Amino acid sequence: MARMKFLCDADRCIECNACVTACKNENEVPWGINRRRVVTINDGKPGERSVSMACMHCTDAPCAAVCPVDCFYTTADAVVLHSKDLCIGCGYCFYACPFGAPQYPKVGNFGSRGKMDKCTYCSGGPEADLSPAEFQKYGSNRLAEGKLPLCAEMCSTKSLLAGDGEIIAQIYKERVVKRGYGSGAWGWQTAYKETIAI
Amino acid sequence: MRLGAHLRFLALGLLLAFAALPAAPASAQQVNPTANAVKEQQFLDALKGNPSAELQGRITIPDGKAATLERPAGREWRAFHQGTMVRIGAIAVIGMLLLLTVFYLVRGRIKIEAGPAGRTLTRFNAFERFMHWLTAACFIVLALSGLNVTFGKAVLLPLIGPQAFTNVSIVAKWSHNYLAWPFMLGIALMLVVWIKDNIPSALDLKWIAAGGGIVGNKHPEARRFNAGQKVIFWSVVLGGAALSVSGVYLLFPAFAGGVLNLQFWNVIHGVVGVIMIAVILAHIYIGSIGMEGAFDAMGSGEVDLNWAKEHHSLWVAEEMQKGHVPGGKLQPAE
Repeated sequence: MARMKFLCDADRCIECNACVTACKNENEVPWGINRRRVVTINDGKPGERSVSMACMHCTDAPCAAVCPVDCFYTTADAVVLHSKDLCIGCGYCFYACPFGAPQYPKVGNFGSRGKMDKCTYCSGGPEADLSPAEFQKYGSNRLAEGKLPLCAEMCSTKSLLAGDGEIIAQIYKERVVKRGYGSGAWGWQTAYKETIAI
Repeated sequence: MRLGAHLRFLALGLLLAFAALPAAPASAQQVNPTANAVKEQQFLDALKGNPSAELQGRITIPDGKAATLERPAGREWRAFHQGTMVRIGAIAVIGMLLLLTVFYLVRGRIKIEAGPAGRTLTRFNAFERFMHWLTAACFIVLALSGLNVTFGKAVLLPLIGPQAFTNVSIVAKWSHNYLAWPFMLGIALMLVVWIKDNIPSALDLKWIAAGGGIVGNKHPEARRFNAGQKVIFWSVVLGGAALSVSGVYLLFPAFAGGVLNLQFWNVIHGVVGVIMIAVILAHIYIGSIGMEGAFDAMGSGEVDLNWAKEHHSLWVAEEMQKGHVPGGKLQPAE
């Protein structure tokens, strides 16, 4: 089985936000929630870089570890998913996540956050694959259709890569060798406790 | 032909131009656009001295929180919540239960030495008992629902299954959020009503030196509240205040000022919570099975005269002087 990862090649990201829009549309993400976002570091300064970030589907995921009701699970493809039926909206995953991935449909005062929502790597949830219930709660299940997450698939500069960790790392390494530079695999050290030597 | 000549001339010109800039194409390959670009490794290196660092950027979506690209501090909070918190909680709760069991086996129930007198005097009036039980009832639910957050998935989840456990946890969460308010009211009332009897005094040192009558069989003098009860009072007031402040921030995360503050308040809430549970377990023990006659104080509010004389001799003397003890003036303390 593959070990699915995301990799954002910040030297290619042009901050077009198409991944953000594609994700919202593909998964019909609720108003106010962005499962993916583009953050620009050193905005307007020399060396400015933009990074597209979402749930990184961590190895030994902190959200899963701290969840008081154990609503998270890791799929055979190493995608970190959760059950909205079990989630109690306590906010602990949000405290623990290094990437700010978990979000809630409501403001959150008085523990009224609602069920947590986050990137599913376009692979739905615990319901039957491609069922209406799955789509309604978690959005699209492109993995079940043999496709990769839409954000990466439609990235115009191929900055955002999704797929098996070893394969996308290889693609990134080849790019770095060819062009002679790279600002690193953002989030990999934090999410996977490994990085790509460049 | 004329066009061809022009092209040849242009080509020659270009050739000369390139000859004049010998290294231009080669140097373009050497340009490294990331030489001064921010790299993730720099941020991770910077983290080594500052565990609460966040990598902030700019976003174009309205959600300001999303501007934080990375916040590895969550790992420290996770390590606390999954390790330290579990250990502190288990030691506090199980440790206190074991301690009380051992104490019960060794010391047994503390009897009224002179036996019940059969005559009683009022220790706590109806309002005092109301505020005590208001706080107590809330605290029991708050404690159990709080323990559920840390220990539920290890203890209760395997017993009742995921869906039932989620249902229990949701009820527990709402109970915790709503009962926090009457709990805080109870703490405030107890502070106002009982503070005058809980100011530490020199008498408390003597009481502690005599082992409070808990260790040994002496009955050191005490006014309305002895040193042990004062410790409970101040633990409840100060612990309750810490739980209230941290809890209100956790209830209104928008006012806490970011995830790092929420993590901080969560740590305070958890640690103070389990210490309070341990303190209150001891309080429940000595107020029920641990001591004959003690429960009546908060039950009916009427305590046996001999119990009062043994544990609160100076208070009984004061009450007798005030004529609050039925028949007290006729039969002064032995």
